[in-house]
Amino acid sequence: MSTLAIDKAGPTRKLGSMSRDRTWALRWSYFFLVLFAIFFLTPPVYMLITSLKSSAEISAATNPWWVFHPTLSNYVELLTSNQFLRFFWNSSIISIVVVIVTMLISIPAAFALARMKFWGSATLATGVFLTYLIPDSLLFIPLFKMLAVIQEFTGITLLNRWYVLVFIYPTLTVPFCTWIMIGYFASIPKELDEAAIIDGASWLQTLLRIFIPVALPGLIAATIFAFTVSWAQFLYPLVFTTSVDQLVLPVGITTTLIKGDVFNWGQIMTGALLGAAPPLVIYAFLMDYYIAGLTAGATKG
Amino acid sequence: MADVVVEQGRLVRSTRPRKAAGLRNVLGRKSTVALFLTLPLILLIALLVLYPAFYSLYLATLNKAMTKFVGLGNFTFLFKRETFWMVVKQSCIFAITAVVFKALIGFIVAHFVHNIPGKKQRKWRGMLLVPWVIPPAMSTLAWLWLFDPSYSAFNYTLSFFGVGPIPWLGDTFWARFSVILVNVWYGAPFFLIMYLAALKSVPDQLYEAAAIDGANWWQKMWYVTLPMMRNIIAITTLFSLIVTFANFDIVRILTSGGPLDRTQLFATWAFQVGIQSSDIPLGACVSLFMVPILAVAAVFILRDVNKRGNEA
Repeated sequence: MSTLAIDKAGPTRKLGSMSRDRTWALRWSYFFLVLFAIFFLTPPVYMLITSLKSSAEISAATNPWWVFHPTLSNYVELLTSNQFLRFFWNSSIISIVVVIVTMLISIPAAFALARMKFWGSATLATGVFLTYLIPDSLLFIPLFKMLAVIQEFTGITLLNRWYVLVFIYPTLTVPFCTWIMIGYFASIPKELDEAAIIDGASWLQTLLRIFIPVALPGLIAATIFAFTVSWAQFLYPLVFTTSVDQLVLPVGITTTLIKGDVFNWGQIMTGALLGAAPPLVIYAFLMDYYIAGLTAGATKG
Repeated sequence: MADVVVEQGRLVRSTRPRKAAGLRNVLGRKSTVALFLTLPLILLIALLVLYPAFYSLYLATLNKAMTKFVGLGNFTFLFKRETFWMVVKQSCIFAITAVVFKALIGFIVAHFVHNIPGKKQRKWRGMLLVPWVIPPAMSTLAWLWLFDPSYSAFNYTLSFFGVGPIPWLGDTFWARFSVILVNVWYGAPFFLIMYLAALKSVPDQLYEAAAIDGANWWQKMWYVTLPMMRNIIAITTLFSLIVTFANFDIVRILTSGGPLDRTQLFATWAFQVGIQSSDIPLGACVSLFMVPILAVAAVFILRDVNKRGNEA
């Protein structure tokens, strides 16, 4: 249908009919965009609707798309429950530490790989990219066993502790962040750092005074990426942590709020919405950086 | 690139021996600094990615109690199990169907967004990217609730059209349909954003030239848009293929592999076998079967990304 409408906007028509066809193409575009927007936004909207319902209203099976007696009791209950706040706290502290660790590792590495052509630098850059393509579901079993073995040897408790995730998550965030930072650093004109070197700046000064300020948009994109990846990670915490006080938000909500066959859907949806809130807020304010980071991975060679 | 530098160094050394010493010193100092800067990265990759990867190979050759070397015993055991072949089939169906639909929807929606005037594009793009931003574990819970057997909002809506209650997660076909649907919902915005970026990078002159030559919409699409976007389409599709093939969250939360392992993928089955049934070697073995397809996709991505790098 749409293709037909757009097809009419062909080049051979008279000017008048062309603009009329354009209007129709535009209308069709909007029509289909609305359809797709409904498809894309139904789950989050439904989360919001359900989170405003009381358990009684949910089990009464009234129209699921409407709230008849809106209540904030689910939010109040979750935000005053120590357990849920504990999940939130765990998730926050892990994500923030992982972002810092990721930046500390990937910025210097990207700087070296982008500017100092040393023996094996091209191979290492390729290796970093390949590491980014290794999924978490390939490594969780050997990592689990590794942690168990290390724990046995050293006596340091690693399994079922949230802090172990701080060491594991960088394997997911560092390769991509390094990769996009290489792209951003490489796009900085060489004259800039040559001038700095001539003025007697050391490599470290060049990095801190020139590269980081100039590549700040890339840095923000990488930070957002690292944060959202660590916030959303589900498999590693599910495997490595089990005690309720060690869980992160996604795992905590799926394992503690779903108790056997009793699904407290109002609270689950509230928890899911609160869990989705930090990435959504970041996205709302920094959409352009978010998208830049998203597209940089594949477009920057 | 490194080779070039090394060769330049040699060249300089052989022709101008006096300056070479100083140059080598600089190079030496530079590579020391470079090593120092990249060391954390190298250590991280070596200890927490490469080592576990090879450790996984070793684990796969042990018996369940991890006391005895059984060689390829786990692999031959898997080959004899019907569930394993079902998982192989399901993973392929899941990944291929989901990626095809993600790519199609992304492509179509990208064109619609590209069609509308610039200022409104931002708003629409922002709205359509929301599924990609929500952590998949969270949004899958919303889908689980939409699919709920007794309170399903979908079935409630469908009942007005006279379509009977659909067992979204209870029936083999519908369960597979549902996990693919959720994956498409989650992944299509990524394609959308990549394609939109690619569409914007096609110079307008090409379309104008095509219009002057009398090309219709299809011809413009086929001879201008697609060739210009080919590389991005290839990279995005291959990348998505890897991620989808290794998917865990969606199936785990939605069906846990049920009904009767009919939606089990490599990742979820490896989790069930390796962690829940604590047969670590067999679980490692299952997840290793993802390697061949991931490796093939990775090689092609690398080729395309390098090609792009050379073009730029």
